[in-house]
Amino acid sequence: MEKVKKKIGSFSFWNWVTASIIFRLILIYFPKNLNLSSRPEVSTPLTSFRRLAEGYWLKQSFMSPYAGSMYHGSPLLLSLLGPLTINRIEGQPNHLLYSLVSVIADVVSAMLIRATGQNLRLAYLRSLESLDLVKQIEVSEFLFSGDIAALIYLCNPFTIVACVGLSTSPIENMAVILCLYGACSRLIPLAAFGWVIATHLSLYSAILIIPVIFLLGCGPDSPPRKLFLQRHQQKEVLNQSKLPPRFSWGPVIHFAFWAFLWSVYVLVLCGISLKQFGGLWEMFKSTYGFILTVEDLSPNIGVLWYFFAEVFEFFRNFFLIVFHVNILFMILPLAIRLRHRPCYLAFVYVAICSMLKSYPSVGDSALYLGLLGWFVNELADMQFSLFLFCGYVGVSLLSPVMHNLWIWRGTGNANFYFATAMVYACLQIVLVVEGVSAMLNHDRKLRNLITGKPQDAKS
Amino acid sequence: MVLLQRPHILLLLIGTHQFLQCWIAFGSVNEEGQKQEEFSEELLLKPLPDHKLLAHFHFQSSGPPSTSNGCHHHLFPKAISQLVQKFRIKEMELSFTKGRWNYESWGGFDPLSSSNAKPPGVELWAVFDVPQHHIDASWKNLTHTLSGLFCASINFLESTATYSTPEWSFPPASGNVRYGTLPCEAVCTENLTPWLKLLPCRDKAGIALLLDRPSLYRGFYHSQQLHLTSTGSSSEGIDSGIILEQTLTVVLQPNSEMAIEVHASEKHIQPSWSLSSIFGKQVSGRCVLAKPSSVYLLLDRGLSAANGLTSENFWSNPSFELSANPDRIFLEESSSHSKSLSILYMFQVEKYCESEPFDIGLMWKVPVAWLCQQTPLHASRFLMGSGNERAAIAISLKSTQFTEGFMSANSKDGSCELRVDVFQVVPWYVKVYFHSLRVFVDQQPRAVSDIIEKIHVSPSKDKMSPGVMEVVLKLPCRVNTAALTIEFDKGFLRIDEYLPDANQGFDIPSAIISFPNFHASMVFLEDDSLNKSPLLSKFQEKCPVMSYTEVLLVPLTTPDFSMPYNVITITCTVFALYFGSLLNVLQRRVAEEERFLKAKAAKKTGRLPLLLSKLSAKLRGSGINQN
Repeated sequence: MEKVKKKIGSFSFWNWVTASIIFRLILIYFPKNLNLSSRPEVSTPLTSFRRLAEGYWLKQSFMSPYAGSMYHGSPLLLSLLGPLTINRIEGQPNHLLYSLVSVIADVVSAMLIRATGQNLRLAYLRSLESLDLVKQIEVSEFLFSGDIAALIYLCNPFTIVACVGLSTSPIENMAVILCLYGACSRLIPLAAFGWVIATHLSLYSAILIIPVIFLLGCGPDSPPRKLFLQRHQQKEVLNQSKLPPRFSWGPVIHFAFWAFLWSVYVLVLCGISLKQFGGLWEMFKSTYGFILTVEDLSPNIGVLWYFFAEVFEFFRNFFLIVFHVNILFMILPLAIRLRHRPCYLAFVYVAICSMLKSYPSVGDSALYLGLLGWFVNELADMQFSLFLFCGYVGVSLLSPVMHNLWIWRGTGNANFYFATAMVYACLQIVLVVEGVSAMLNHDRKLRNLITGKPQDAKS
Repeated sequence: MVLLQRPHILLLLIGTHQFLQCWIAFGSVNEEGQKQEEFSEELLLKPLPDHKLLAHFHFQSSGPPSTSNGCHHHLFPKAISQLVQKFRIKEMELSFTKGRWNYESWGGFDPLSSSNAKPPGVELWAVFDVPQHHIDASWKNLTHTLSGLFCASINFLESTATYSTPEWSFPPASGNVRYGTLPCEAVCTENLTPWLKLLPCRDKAGIALLLDRPSLYRGFYHSQQLHLTSTGSSSEGIDSGIILEQTLTVVLQPNSEMAIEVHASEKHIQPSWSLSSIFGKQVSGRCVLAKPSSVYLLLDRGLSAANGLTSENFWSNPSFELSANPDRIFLEESSSHSKSLSILYMFQVEKYCESEPFDIGLMWKVPVAWLCQQTPLHASRFLMGSGNERAAIAISLKSTQFTEGFMSANSKDGSCELRVDVFQVVPWYVKVYFHSLRVFVDQQPRAVSDIIEKIHVSPSKDKMSPGVMEVVLKLPCRVNTAALTIEFDKGFLRIDEYLPDANQGFDIPSAIISFPNFHASMVFLEDDSLNKSPLLSKFQEKCPVMSYTEVLLVPLTTPDFSMPYNVITITCTVFALYFGSLLNVLQRRVAEEERFLKAKAAKKTGRLPLLLSKLSAKLRGSGINQN
């Protein structure tokens, strides 16, 4: 019976995957790309396809790709994807090759998410087994979180739009997922590679080093170690083999070595490609510097563009520091509280970054929503999930309308669009806060099951 | 006494003799080397095909090298010579223009239009004779000085975001040139007054007397220019002589009352005019300091052909009547381009005086229609697209009747090509995608590399430098239309970067379209006396044919200017919400655990420690109360 169920599940999984791929391919064939590539939700100054093409053109005309204020991405991306911006097949849309690369990146990301999700699920089941909670929590009703996460990632309209809209975020997301996959399956060079590339493409991924270290040090997500000790104290037998491993420094050092190696490699490659155009300093200034100083004030789904358009010049630096420190301040408390669940920690970090980053796009949201799928079992009791879902749907419908009213029709004004951005930020905040709270409650529930306390003792 | 006095007289005699010798020698040098300060005033009148009249005032002062007579000047404005010395300017041109030169009906191929048709607003370019790294500093100081001199906001050109360094397409090509425009600058009489101050007679005498403000500013086009050339090389230690040309070009509509009186039935007849009818004033003699002081009437090639004037019968003019007899008539040297020749009537103002003022009138007898010589291609520029997110600039070139003639002349060799240079500056908030450059020839898209021979681009940097695009097009001669399009994104600015009238939009300066294969010049016969006339000798110089396109007005979206406080407070509230609630969730368990641990501890230790702790708490509380 179980097997049949599984078979049906996996069969429909592959159906959904093919359906989403076909849907993407159909969208690619629409003329002018449905104008998605110039939507502010899809293409930020960092991920825009047109800017990539401009950078490539400048490079081809023997100028630094960073000569104007157009291109702010990585020089490697320029060398790899740049030729796709002009190479074309006769009779096909211009962007076909590039779109195919995005589709492949999406599919690869989904597969990696699936593999990681299965890994996490197995780890979770194993830890429940060792806690003897298999009976209390109906494991048979556990969903295949890997499949669900992969499907959420593939069928999410945000991902589809980012993929069809020719932004570079599918590739950035793939690097992040590669890093987490590598760390979960203990492929240390792969994890280091993913982390280095993700950091190189967008600065914010650098903080993923903390969850990666926890992942490598203590293995994938499990209930707190204390619970195991309590359980074994109750049973009066200390079975070391059933305990989760203690933090081991070996893989971490291994990871550091590989990360160093990869970053040197990446920097050398960048240096070579920018040798005659001002070198690496120029690159750091117009990629990381551009991210940190929020120079481009074109509208996006974040809130910082309007804030820095309106704020007085005198306070600009102060607020730049405040907003970036806001991300950094939360790293440590989260790391302390969620250290036993590194993948969940990674999800929270990704969500916070995509909420507070200077040029957010729907591609970033697509990533954390996909990762959220890994924890469907743990977050089953999350509050406000219907409200959040409706909020996401509402904002993603209203935001283009407001943008259209403001930019194209001239009947609305900037505040309309900013209001939707504000609501979106609030929704993300609620998601993160409720998510963290639900995960902590889940741990609490496990502890209560072990200590035999009634359910209502939480909070 | 006598004996004593004699040596003194002798000395005196010798001294005077030597002084006289020196003086004579000095004078001769002056005469030979043309080193005296000179001033000339000239006015050129030219009837235009669309019932309008062009008046071109040309004042030229030349200052000799200042070493010859210290830093004193008789005629030359001291402010200008100090400017040249201080900033070591090789060449400079400043123009204040109101209105747009109508290339289609006023012509674009003659020296008059190619050097006096200017883009609206202020245009300034300067060539410096200083090392490369000092140029920007010199430019900044120059803009400030000029804005003080001319009561204009030229100082807005000081920031690097407004001026550019043309590499090779701008005519006075060299690395030391800086070019900047202010398209939205309003030009008015407050800019004319300081300009007139530079003339030795101001507007009190001579031809400048005609510069009556209301009639000038009523015109269709008004361009006031200042052109400085410092000859010689000041880098070698020899101080240079300076030539200052001040020109004022106006296009006016003569009152057609006189024409209606005479030929009421004829509606197509050109309006007759006289100096007094168009300017409301007459010239009462020359400015005494001006060496040549003359008024010219130019009938261009098209007009003289329409009148049937040829080299044989140009003394008798069948279609119009002049109220004053010309002192001389010049005929253009025949050229290969066209059969007909321009005719220039010259009137010397010296002959007239207060009692008998100079007034020239032209009375048309029969209607004539003609066309001015046009540029090879007529250039226009426009914006494409709607909305405030992105748009495209299109420069379209259309062939004129000139191209047809040129084509028929050069049709022998099939590989005939027309070279067109395009120089376009865009401000940084217009974010141009240079890879989106498209070329259309005769409405057919063409590969960029086929048509564009050379391209130089310096992309704009946000708040740092404008984008510059210089393109050399090689078009086939038979081209009817050609178009360049380039896409751009509209930028979003901070609230304090918007102009006071933000919803009006932002200007993109004119593009310069030049035709380096063509040179406009007018060479007149009998040039023995022409050497004295700076205006005519300027006509003889080969000047490149170029035209300016329209200024574009790009509307940019505006944020809500009344919202800064609201935006700051709301955004900060959301951030506080995030920070506070997340921190609360994270530390909630700690509190619960503390309570749990306390309860546990209380259970284990029994009543005594609990009592003790209660007691200590009470003591502490009472202690506070007592204090």
